[in-house]
Amino acid sequence: MSENNINITLDVWRQDGPADKGRFETYEAKEISTDSSFLEMLDVVNERLIDDEKMPITFESDCREGICGTCSLMINGQAHGPNKGQATCQLHMRTFKNGDHITVEPFRAKSFPIIKDLAVSRAAMDKIQHAGGYITVSTGSAPDANLTPVPKEAADMAFDAAACIGCGACVAACPNSAAQLFTSAKVQHLNLLPQGQSERWMRVEQMVDTMEDYFGTCTNHGECYEACPKEISLDFIAFMNRDYVKAKIKNRKLAGQN
Amino acid sequence: MTATMEPSTKVTSPRLDSKVPETDDIANMWENHKFSMKLVNPNNKRKFTVIVVGTGLAGSSAAATLAELGYNVKAFTFHDSPRRAHSIAAQGGINAAKNYQNDGDSVHRLFYDTVKGGDYRSREANVHRLAEVSVNIIDQATAQGVPFARDYGGLLDNRSFGGAQVSRTFYARGQTGQQLLLGAYSALNRQIESGGVEMHNRKEMLDLVVKDGHTAGIVTRDLLTGEVESHSAHAVVLATGGYGNVYYLSTNAMMCNVTAAWRAHRKGAFFANPCYTQIHPTCIPASDDHQSKLTLMSESLRNDGRIWVPTEFDDSRMAKDIPEGERDYYLERKYPAFGNLVPRDVASRNAKTVVDEGRGVGPLKNGVFLDFADAIARDGAETIKAKYGNLFDMYQNITGENPYERPMRIYPATHYTMGGLWVDYHLMTTVPGTYAIGEANFSDHGANRLGASALMQGLADGYFVLPYTIGDYLADKLGDGIVPTDDPVFKEAEAQVADQTNKWLSVNGTKSPEHYHRELGKIVWDRIGMARDQNGLEKAQDEIASLEEEFKTNVRVMGDNTSMNTELEKVGRVADFFELAKLKARDALVRNESCGGHFRVESQTEEGEALRDDENFSHSAAWEWHDESTEQTKHEEQLEFKHVKLSQRSYK
Repeated sequence: MSENNINITLDVWRQDGPADKGRFETYEAKEISTDSSFLEMLDVVNERLIDDEKMPITFESDCREGICGTCSLMINGQAHGPNKGQATCQLHMRTFKNGDHITVEPFRAKSFPIIKDLAVSRAAMDKIQHAGGYITVSTGSAPDANLTPVPKEAADMAFDAAACIGCGACVAACPNSAAQLFTSAKVQHLNLLPQGQSERWMRVEQMVDTMEDYFGTCTNHGECYEACPKEISLDFIAFMNRDYVKAKIKNRKLAGQN
Repeated sequence: MTATMEPSTKVTSPRLDSKVPETDDIANMWENHKFSMKLVNPNNKRKFTVIVVGTGLAGSSAAATLAELGYNVKAFTFHDSPRRAHSIAAQGGINAAKNYQNDGDSVHRLFYDTVKGGDYRSREANVHRLAEVSVNIIDQATAQGVPFARDYGGLLDNRSFGGAQVSRTFYARGQTGQQLLLGAYSALNRQIESGGVEMHNRKEMLDLVVKDGHTAGIVTRDLLTGEVESHSAHAVVLATGGYGNVYYLSTNAMMCNVTAAWRAHRKGAFFANPCYTQIHPTCIPASDDHQSKLTLMSESLRNDGRIWVPTEFDDSRMAKDIPEGERDYYLERKYPAFGNLVPRDVASRNAKTVVDEGRGVGPLKNGVFLDFADAIARDGAETIKAKYGNLFDMYQNITGENPYERPMRIYPATHYTMGGLWVDYHLMTTVPGTYAIGEANFSDHGANRLGASALMQGLADGYFVLPYTIGDYLADKLGDGIVPTDDPVFKEAEAQVADQTNKWLSVNGTKSPEHYHRELGKIVWDRIGMARDQNGLEKAQDEIASLEEEFKTNVRVMGDNTSMNTELEKVGRVADFFELAKLKARDALVRNESCGGHFRVESQTEEGEALRDDENFSHSAAWEWHDESTEQTKHEEQLEFKHVKLSQRSYK
């Protein structure tokens, strides 16, 4: 064995379809290069399974550089694995030692139904976005971009929220399967900007209400922040809660004026 | 199999009507043309259905804008959510001729730079329009809440990018693509919520359906259930990205593919300039055979890093053990004026030259050093960290090496494809009613794309060009219904898709689709990569054809067609890459000149620069599909340069 290669044992969740009960299966992954990424290790395992005429493990990934949010996986019980601020695709095998035993599961949450093996549906997150994750501005109707200065601090903070890649690790890590960190990032990205003010109160109310239709309740564990590959701050949840309470009053007032 | 050398005809094929307005007033051409195009009355727009395939920057912006105008839009993505498209990975920025920095930028300058940067192989009229609408994109994105970088006064910041002499690039830290896509996706979400867009996630387009010479719709496969469905429309817009993954290793995402565009090609859409590919010089080299993709690092690193290799061949010493006198700073040596900042294609080719010579570095000897030692000694590690900290971290995460202590290793990788479906000034392909936008078309970048121009073009097409031009086609269709999906044209296409799917499952060979993709990529990279010659291209055609034969008879596709099956998805995409690769080799062979990203060894200046042959090759080559046993026919669109003077690039 080359000095850069390790042998590991994988316990992988296999489930043939949404209706299947599912089970763990064990695979010996030998001679794995420590320079390869975790997903490349799974690629190798899959090619070997195909060589043996066995079904490869279904998992999802796309950009493999930590920005598209497609990859998921609970690795040894942690969403996106042990390293902070990384998506699964950025995790490299040099994090592990020869002889390690690694458990690989899908993101587990009631609102993320399993499609097959390690692939889950995160469609519920899109529903929250549909409910108000936008500023109403039809193409062509925008004023000059420099008409409204945005204080740098506000722009930077909005950016910190906008960095969310919508992977769902926050939901998977949460004991309640709550989506507060995701939703707050999406709400506050727009609510912090001058452009987002017209719809601020409608946005937060609609998005939070939709979130509650699909996801669990936040009880301030903070596991979401620990798992977040973009290290989105818990402060955004506080901002969102503040806006939500205000919105409940303001929206009624606005309605009463009509 | 040896391709015949086709001489240039020097006349535009009658099959390629560019629809460029006949005027010398390029500054007002688009404005005047908008007035002369037919309009669809606002109340009639709801009578038309438009399909948009792909939801990256081009597709999301087009789908949202068409729905805002009142059209019925059906949008398709094979991802689980529109937000995952690979536009999201663009780092650098987006150009716009705003001249906010008061440094002399203008629409004309952006137009000029883009035509010149494309090495005079693009269509002037399209590029000028691109430069015009660039300013509207920034307004639109800002209003949507895209958090562009700002200065302390709260106004938008710009930087100079990719060798431009003005600061016209807007950016959002290192993730401009993600932020612009989230903007377009938010506009799309508003239309999904209001019912203007019917969104189809996890459905892959597998055929374009044409009836009586006009677009009728598409056939899709549901990636969760395997179900084959027909979708009918008055027009189809393809926004399905480029074909860079034909190289297997590229900076593209794992799922990027040419399938939708290729299936349209097989139904009559001409495919233009497939030999044009951009190779980006600053990527992290592959670490082993199992490498699945390559990661790009911003080329801003070349501002402070010095590129070198050992003077000795097959030198395995650590960088720190190689004395100054035994280092070859080859870019500084060969190009004293530009040094490490020569354009992308020049930097890439020179890296290939030294690695091919046997002077590559790293465990696989497949890279060159990018060394920050001098910059750290000069400016201090803190300054370098402030400038490039995130890139250094990314490098260290991927390679396990600390670039503050030892030089980075870099090597070029495929990054963007300038060729694509041929489109006219209206962005319509040669199939009436089928449009191609964004990287999927061929129109604006010629033979080489400038940095920060891909995001600009995708959004220009989707927000500000297609929504106008599509009306000119649809206006004549008022009163025409869509072709019902039980029409024989749809039923035949569905049967063909289902049949092909079952065929793949029954080959029962021995090697995975991934294996054949990887092997194909090696041929394409070696023979149709950074430097091409006649001998290699002829060999490539033979090698690709024989590997394709093996692939078709020996591929092993596990699983079934009734649940999620990524192997089955992959095999069809690899099959289309094989066909594209053959055409790419042929296009590269026939274009016996060097231009931009297409470097023919036979055609270079004494200094080794790309040497164009304007006499014979000032045209776009658009290929017409016939059938699997007949080679495509080449059509030429002659390019006229009335507003930009042709010149030879030099970076000495």
